[in-house]
Amino acid sequence: MKRVYVNEKWCLGCRLCEYNCAFANSGEKDMVKALKGKKIYPRIRVDEHDGITFAVSCRHCEDPICVKSCIAGALSKEGDGMVKLDRTKCVGCLTCVLVCPYGAVVQDERGAALKCELCLTNTAGYPACVKGCPNAAIVYEERD
Amino acid sequence: MISKYVIIGGGVASTGCIEGIRKVDPSGGITLITAEPYLTYCRPLISYLLEGKTTLEKMLYRPESFYEKNGVRVMLATKSERIDPERKTVMLSDGTSIGYEKLLCATGSVPFVPPFEGLDTVKSKFSFLTLDDALELERAITPESRVFIVGAGLIGLKCAEGIHGRVGSITVCDLAPQVLASILDSDSANIVEETLQSHGINLILGDTVAKFEENVAILQSGASVEFDVLVLAVGVRPNVALVRDAGGKIGRGIIVDDTMLTSLPDVYAAGDCTESFDITSSSSRVLAILPNAYMQGECAGINMAEGYSSYANAVPMNSVGFFGLHIATAGTYTGELHEIRTPGCLKKLYVNEGRLVGFIIIGDTTRAGIYTSLIRNKTPLDEIDFELIKNYPSLMAFSGNSRLKMLGGVV
Repeated sequence: MKRVYVNEKWCLGCRLCEYNCAFANSGEKDMVKALKGKKIYPRIRVDEHDGITFAVSCRHCEDPICVKSCIAGALSKEGDGMVKLDRTKCVGCLTCVLVCPYGAVVQDERGAALKCELCLTNTAGYPACVKGCPNAAIVYEERD
Repeated sequence: MISKYVIIGGGVASTGCIEGIRKVDPSGGITLITAEPYLTYCRPLISYLLEGKTTLEKMLYRPESFYEKNGVRVMLATKSERIDPERKTVMLSDGTSIGYEKLLCATGSVPFVPPFEGLDTVKSKFSFLTLDDALELERAITPESRVFIVGAGLIGLKCAEGIHGRVGSITVCDLAPQVLASILDSDSANIVEETLQSHGINLILGDTVAKFEENVAILQSGASVEFDVLVLAVGVRPNVALVRDAGGKIGRGIIVDDTMLTSLPDVYAAGDCTESFDITSSSSRVLAILPNAYMQGECAGINMAEGYSSYANAVPMNSVGFFGLHIATAGTYTGELHEIRTPGCLKKLYVNEGRLVGFIIIGDTTRAGIYTSLIRNKTPLDEIDFELIKNYPSLMAFSGNSRLKMLGGVV
């Protein structure tokens, strides 16, 4: 399956991916309206230390421990390989946060879980973090 | 009747098993026998149901279509009475029996009720383990009810949170001098106790019931608690009866090997009824937690279908919240303690022989999985920048090469 991959060598740490992610998942048509003056809850997060920067989002693991650990049956991995979260089933216990080795499950404004679904479940249709990355430090492709 | 695979018990381990079997064998017949009248639902969600944060429909662990899609014959409200490992059959409560090639015993736990004097004089008393327990409790409570919960563990406290706001008062008692004694130390438990008390929950710690006289509990200290509804949440015990009676080896729970095989041929076991080898304390323990049940069930299923899977890295862990205060714990609390206190967050990391073996986090549990993963993988801490992530977990702690593997490839 196609996944989002990051290359920290090219990452500028500009955090545009975070903004594009939050916008793509906001349901709003206007970026300013969606983000201006609001706390954002991006599903991709940039880490920065000592000159190194990189973004992390869900790895859509082959054998996802979050899915196996979810106490609400809210996480699933179907035939397309994407790890999906049914937010209507999530009760916010954060067991997924406790088990994800990549720290890739974040929290939404209610404190419940939130994760990357490759922009395939929102209207963007293609990962907004990738599309908006000015340096091609995030790509969406098939790898082994 | 004969079914290639028979699963006794309809909890999450059974779903793991079905999914495990189907990874290897797409068509062999599966029969699921469950004593409960429901398809597999999320047991830990019963308190959220009372709280109104989920519904009966949403509580289903897998969609209703899951069973048909996977060719599973489900026998609801059917009790398994006996396993005959010689004839490879399971005797059912309706007098019929069902033959198996491979059997999974996933019978979970049963509430442990101490023999309190006078318990039989209490009219309105409940356990809090199953959906029916929760629904019965819900029918019994009124906005005036004085509810008395015996046991300040996860079950008792989640029950308290679930009915909070729907009853007159809630009092929780526990013989331990703190709440959540199985997962927290006294320091961290203190923070949780304050949160519970600030929401009006009365805690009586270091004391428990000596006897009941109808709707009064006389405590060991001599104090008394009047109540209308009693919830017994003292603890649970692995439900080992079927395997024990069939001659299988039992310790604290059913003893299984790394493939989830019991000491009986072709009889596997998974979930709360078993013992697991906890890699953080190097000891066999009953790890009655949902992720463990799923992973054991899946491992058993793969092996039952003659694939190969081994589950040998069990780690005790819990993530739970009370009134918005989050708790994440894992592993064992021995070795050198690294404690970090920041506003609204207490973090205790335990390092033993150069490896992270456990942690308690109260408050912000962001990315706690990075710690859990260090425990599960027994990562030597001198291979990462541990100092850097004591305060805030990040993949930054790993070398560039390790990170390239994690973020640049299929994992």
